[in-house]
Amino acid sequence: MTDATRSFLRIRGLRKAFAAPGGTTVALEGVDLDIERGSFVSIVGPSGCGKSTLLQIMAGLVAPTSGAVFLEDRKVEVPPPTVIFVFQQYTRSLFPWKTVERNVAFGLESRESLSRQAIAARTRELIGLVKLTGFEQHYPWQLSGGMQQRVAIARALACRPAVLLMDEPFSAVDALTRVGLQELLRALWRELGLTVVFVTHDVDEGVYLSTRVVALTRAPGAVAADLPIELPHPRNQITTRELPQYLDYRGRLLAQLFADEGLVATEPA
Amino acid sequence: MALLVLWEIAAATGMMPAMSFPRMSAILATWWDLIVSGELLGELVPSLWRMFAGYFIGVALGVLVGLLMGYVRFFYTLLEPITEVLRPIPSPAYLPIVILFLGIDDEMKIFMIAFASFFPVLLNTYSGVRSVDPVQLQTARTFGVAGWKLLWQIVLPASSPYIFTGMRVSLAVALIVMVISEMVAASSGIGYFILSAQRGFKIREMFAGVLTLAALGYVLNRLFLAIENRVLAWHYGYTQQQRN
Repeated sequence: MTDATRSFLRIRGLRKAFAAPGGTTVALEGVDLDIERGSFVSIVGPSGCGKSTLLQIMAGLVAPTSGAVFLEDRKVEVPPPTVIFVFQQYTRSLFPWKTVERNVAFGLESRESLSRQAIAARTRELIGLVKLTGFEQHYPWQLSGGMQQRVAIARALACRPAVLLMDEPFSAVDALTRVGLQELLRALWRELGLTVVFVTHDVDEGVYLSTRVVALTRAPGAVAADLPIELPHPRNQITTRELPQYLDYRGRLLAQLFADEGLVATEPA
Repeated sequence: MALLVLWEIAAATGMMPAMSFPRMSAILATWWDLIVSGELLGELVPSLWRMFAGYFIGVALGVLVGLLMGYVRFFYTLLEPITEVLRPIPSPAYLPIVILFLGIDDEMKIFMIAFASFFPVLLNTYSGVRSVDPVQLQTARTFGVAGWKLLWQIVLPASSPYIFTGMRVSLAVALIVMVISEMVAASSGIGYFILSAQRGFKIREMFAGVLTLAALGYVLNRLFLAIENRVLAWHYGYTQQQRN
């Protein structure tokens, strides 16, 4: 493989073991993945399969036991400036002592040497992008769950990351709010040319959002299925989900997960 | 209020010896005279100066050492045994030692107050740092904030509710130690005033001094709560939301 064809984000032989009472728990075992620039990859799997751990290792927040993650051929050891992690628990991830505006500006202030005016302008732009104009001086805890996760997304995007790593970001909001957030994320991904790695336990969400879905096996997590999702863009929450290909992807992934969990899809007659 | 009336009746009817238990009305009159003449203010100014100088030194050091102990394992291992030995000593017990080294002037009193104010802030700051949400720390790290910047930008504000709890305890402690140190060795200050009034059989003045301390304690606590409510408004809002 020449340098020119090497993937943007490469995961090689990743293994992660944790010390646990009565021995060690292996969360990930031999994970290899290549993620192309600009793709939207969802990682699905049963709970406790190590998908969050995989994402944290990719973010440089957790060190692997062995193996490595390479971003543009550079080994990830500390959080890279172009990779931002978005947490599931927005109530804990947003800083409650900072207003919406200060939260969004946080990444800009810490990472780049921008002027005050440039930070203010960029902050305003991002707050507008996630449609929170008018809420700049609110505190996160004064907003609804969906709005809080939009603050977290604005904060992540403010420092122009190349890669967004999202750990079940929409699992704590209600179904309609989730649709809104999914559309927002799709629009931002298309508009900004981001690479998104999206962890979810919801197969439907993974198929709908992504250009590729990777299913992990039950712990220790390893790649069980790797499906390119060739659904047309732009997508539609109703019609895309009715396409035969969509149903085919969904069916194959669910069958994989059910088999892995020992679940049966049919109720007794 | 009912208590003050009861006091008045008890003293007026001779239930209590009039010598050491004057009427409340007489005490209040004396108190008023002392306020108007500026005598009490003259005693309060040096007391408050000592108290606040000591308090702020103690708080600043308590926050600093507490942050370091909570954040850097090395400092914890180094300082934890020392603080555990020093902390339980009641402050009056080390007063003679401090006099030996610092004399009987303001330095001694400020040191006493700072030393006593230090520990509640230290312990609470330490607990605060240990209980910072790991998600907040990881969030900061994904944005490239680490090391001392992380301590200053995230750990300190996140532990501020704990720090304020420690500061409130220390404020009460500072008031107590201020009075004690002034009673032991001083030529000015409210503690000195009370003790010398008692020694000179100026019983009404003595009670007026005690009333002054009660008022001072009340005002300081109110002031503290007002500041805390402002600074920690986010914390009350946040915990309220978490509960819903």
